[in-house]
Amino acid sequence: MTIRIAADQLCVDYNGSVALYDASLTLPAGCICGMVGMNGAGKTTLFKALTGFVRPSRGQIRINGLKVAEAQREQAVAYVPQSEGIDCDFPVSVWDVVMMGRYGSMNLLRIPRQSDRLAVRNALERVELLDLRDRPLSALSGGQRKRAFLARAIAQRASVLLLDEPFNGVDVRTEKLMAELFLQLRNQSCSILISTHDLSNVRDFCDLVVLINKTVLAYGETSEVFTPENLSQAFGGLPPDVLRGQTP
Amino acid sequence: MVRALMISALVGGVCGLLSCYMTLKGWALMGDAVSHAVLPGVVLAYALGLPFSLGAFVFGVGSVATIGFVKQKSRIKEDTVIGLVFTGFFALGLVLVSKTRSNIDLTQILFGNVLGISAADIQQTWMICFVVVALLLLFRRDLLLFCFDPTHARSIGINTGFLHYLLLSVLSLAAVAGLQTVGIILVVAMLVTPGATAYLLTDRFDRMTWLAIGSSVLSSLLGVYLSYWTDSSTAGCIVLVQTGLFLLAFLLAPRHGIFCRTSS
Repeated sequence: MTIRIAADQLCVDYNGSVALYDASLTLPAGCICGMVGMNGAGKTTLFKALTGFVRPSRGQIRINGLKVAEAQREQAVAYVPQSEGIDCDFPVSVWDVVMMGRYGSMNLLRIPRQSDRLAVRNALERVELLDLRDRPLSALSGGQRKRAFLARAIAQRASVLLLDEPFNGVDVRTEKLMAELFLQLRNQSCSILISTHDLSNVRDFCDLVVLINKTVLAYGETSEVFTPENLSQAFGGLPPDVLRGQTP
Repeated sequence: MVRALMISALVGGVCGLLSCYMTLKGWALMGDAVSHAVLPGVVLAYALGLPFSLGAFVFGVGSVATIGFVKQKSRIKEDTVIGLVFTGFFALGLVLVSKTRSNIDLTQILFGNVLGISAADIQQTWMICFVVVALLLLFRRDLLLFCFDPTHARSIGINTGFLHYLLLSVLSLAAVAGLQTVGIILVVAMLVTPGATAYLLTDRFDRMTWLAIGSSVLSSLLGVYLSYWTDSSTAGCIVLVQTGLFLLAFLLAPRHGIFCRTSS
């Protein structure tokens, strides 16, 4: 079994305050893993560590057996941001955004080759945005924007996809399309790590779940980890019956 | 007069190109800071007989490094740190001017004097502009991505720290070039206004750069011409024309202007 992400006893602190400690996580190739936790539980911090934005004070990360920086140079990691972190009025077209997924594989001047254009076209087809490829980003709806950023990750042909709250504020059509795409990508042996607080989605299509609250509380197959007791621990001691409503 | 027109147009074009990145990155305040902070560098370089661009460059980048350091090591917010550091550098420059015995004309540095520009300065300005344009063209796609989504840039293995300092270095160089035409005080207008004007007119980056360069060159030419015939401040005229063009775009731009927005 190929291991995509191996995080071993990760500790991250910001100026002395601990954001994450002793977090260990192993993601095999071809899986969808839901990352569940409260705001401030360390989900974003884990993403930042996996994209090299923060340096762990202890522990190590291997992606496809490589150090983070090396894996990034190999185009192994794609990060799909929360739309809130992006300036939507930025003067770029949908096509430009998706083409940015190819930059890492291009030469220094980033001049697209035929193969890059094909990859972009293909990715746009898969998220059903090909018709809107010349639209500026500002003319898209929230769901279409999410799909554009997902297309960028697909065009990059990364084997590890990190998605920050992909289901936040999207329409039903986009949600369905994204879920289908995740399953396709999983079958192409990609590993997908999704941070979410929508518990029903986790039940529906995540193979694995990791519960986070400053550390990894529980990790494993969805059916085993997704117990009311575990969830109540992850959400800071709410009684299990409060959460039961959200986990059919 | 012809020399002044040419050099203003050149500097205008270069600053116009750079202003697109400044506007999109939200670095207007940084532009202001760097342009003020180069003053001590310029004075020291004059006093030591070095090319003034070298001194300006060192202090421009130095000021930004100081800003980054103070911000990281203290609890003070970024805009406060910027305000604090650049005024400190600027004040140092003022004291240095008054203390070095040389023929530096402070008003010339502060407000520019493109009509009286020397041949050596023209040569230096050409060189600076060439370097700035070359760097911006070489890294234009990377810089655009860096402005748009640094997280993605980082996650595909692009060195964002390098791009950060590249853009800052280019900014320092452009500030020096602009110093000749409009002076330290108003150079920030050259580095912000054309980009903002163009941003109101289009949703395409390529078009935005051409519009910014165009409006900037036009402002420089018109400004120099106006100041020559009305015998008024050249820097003032150039920046006034730029501001006028911005106001036009603000009111009348096809999609983002306020008149069109209310009528549609």
